[in-house]
Amino acid sequence: MGEQLIISISREFGSGGHEIATKLADRLGLAFYDRSMLDEIAKGMNADAAELHKYDEKPTNRLLSRRVGNHTNSYEEIIAQFQFDYIRKKAENGESFVVVGRCSETVLKDYNCLISVFVTGDKEQKVQRVMERYGISEPDAYSKMRRHDRSRKQYHNRYSDFKWGDARYYDMCINSSPLGVNKTVNVLENYVKERTRE
Amino acid sequence: MLAEQVLALIIFISMFVLIVLDKIERHYVTLGCGALTLIGVFGIIMRSPKAIMSTLNIRSIFTTSFWYQSGAAEEAVTGINWSTIIFIAGMMIMVEVMADAGFFRWLCMLLAKAVHYRTRALFITFMIMSFCLAMFIDSITVILFLAAVSIELAKLLKFNPVPMILSEIFCANLGGSATMCGDPPNIIIGTSLNFSFSTFITHTGLIAAISMVFIVVYFLIAYRKELASSPDIDKLAASMPSPSEAITNKKDFALSCIIFFCAVVMLVTHALTGLTVALIGLVIAIFSLIVSGKKALHMLKSIDYKTLLFFVGLFIVVGGLEQTGILEIIAAFIGRVSKGNLKLMVAIIIGISAFASALIDNIPFAATMVPVIKSLAATQGVDLSVLAWALSMGTDVGGSATPIGASANVVGTSVAAKNGYMIGWGKYCRTAIPATILVVLISMVCIFVRYC
Repeated sequence: MGEQLIISISREFGSGGHEIATKLADRLGLAFYDRSMLDEIAKGMNADAAELHKYDEKPTNRLLSRRVGNHTNSYEEIIAQFQFDYIRKKAENGESFVVVGRCSETVLKDYNCLISVFVTGDKEQKVQRVMERYGISEPDAYSKMRRHDRSRKQYHNRYSDFKWGDARYYDMCINSSPLGVNKTVNVLENYVKERTRE
Repeated sequence: MLAEQVLALIIFISMFVLIVLDKIERHYVTLGCGALTLIGVFGIIMRSPKAIMSTLNIRSIFTTSFWYQSGAAEEAVTGINWSTIIFIAGMMIMVEVMADAGFFRWLCMLLAKAVHYRTRALFITFMIMSFCLAMFIDSITVILFLAAVSIELAKLLKFNPVPMILSEIFCANLGGSATMCGDPPNIIIGTSLNFSFSTFITHTGLIAAISMVFIVVYFLIAYRKELASSPDIDKLAASMPSPSEAITNKKDFALSCIIFFCAVVMLVTHALTGLTVALIGLVIAIFSLIVSGKKALHMLKSIDYKTLLFFVGLFIVVGGLEQTGILEIIAAFIGRVSKGNLKLMVAIIIGISAFASALIDNIPFAATMVPVIKSLAATQGVDLSVLAWALSMGTDVGGSATPIGASANVVGTSVAAKNGYMIGWGKYCRTAIPATILVVLISMVCIFVRYC
């Protein structure tokens, strides 16, 4: 593995994957990209970022959109392509970074310096985390979690050759529930260090 | 219902569902369904080589009347409509050469300069330009260039391009309804029923022109708050690029303009000269390729073969419905509901066509409805051309109502989104649905007054 390092973190809703990715980026001193990359994309094209965020990491609605040649009016797909181009460009420029979701393990699969991680969690712990984070009841948290996971799965499977969360296609799949966020970050940090030492 | 009718219907519905689901490219869908129709319906169940030959319709290409019609039009086309396919291919090559020479960008910039870059004037001019160009060129190309230039102008002149793009899309679809070559549904209707360019323009063209007047006023009222020019317009206008900068090659530009002019003349006069649209398409393609010189191979490769193959498959599947008599059943149903009343028939055809085209691709719909109106006219003893005008206006205008109704809508909203302007269903339909209803009503009134 060369000097460049790209870590792609995919995650189940409520697993703490986003927090783990942020902390890992901090510890390794790497740039961090998540949905906020849309703010930069919007700024670059002088567009309203809030409009772009509406379609972030959402699956295409096949009944409400159509494709004509290379043109589609599925905004979910257009936003996804914006984000794919964004992270591709960062990678092409030799930048090292941690990226959350956005099908990044597939988009950047040709980079040898890519480490792909999938963060899962126990259902009870995930629901608890969602309840605390959003201040909602258990049934609401559960349905929110199911809704988001379904959406992420559909989004991922639309652009990838393999199924979302299929352990065979990630370098590492980890359950964040037994160790908690910080210790999971430790495990990942050690793994990354071992990989970069090779 | 007979076994072949059931299978033909299942194949047809599956084709529509698969097109909507967009999991498989649509030309594979229609070709696959077409193959199933040929093998399953005609081969295995009907055991009718005649139905296969009639649907493939290859023999027609080798007849003189396919290329040149000296007298009255011969019987209507069934199965694969090769005239449509050859004409569309020819137009694709011509448009590619024109675009490569910078024609469309030059025209947009020239007209923008002529109206001194004032937003309201630009808005009206681009609507009219969209309407006029779409009469002769496919609406996808028209919108591709108009939307891109509108966004470029909007960024430089500091106005919101969304109202302009939405009105251009609507006018492109309306312009397409005015002529035989404007929109794929009209090409299919015209070539299938042997109508001429001049017949179309004196019927649907007139309805479209009347509707256009109302639509310009409608969009001006609908977007009245968003059409103010920037206070610095004079300063901004001074820094605009010159229209001539858009021309990439002066010689190619001049030659492509001449070919376009000749194409328009050939189309307008084809009823007098006897040249069929297939021959016009072929001639345009040959001259465009000669003009493009070394780029000829590139131009040939840039043809949208997928769309042409989509048409081939589609015509076979619709041929399956036609040969098995399904479309006659639909026609008989419309006949029964309307009790032979022409006004009611027209209202049903326009209404259903507009509603269906707003939600599904209007090309397969038009291809399916052509045999239906043929059968309806034959069984009910009504004038086929009146039903054809109703079908044409319904499918072309109905497609404007939603972002997925017509190809121009998809391309326009896609170009806008790629530049950061997200036009959701709500924003799109707020002005497009009332405009569509307005034009459908105008068309209905025009047809009632003139023909019923």
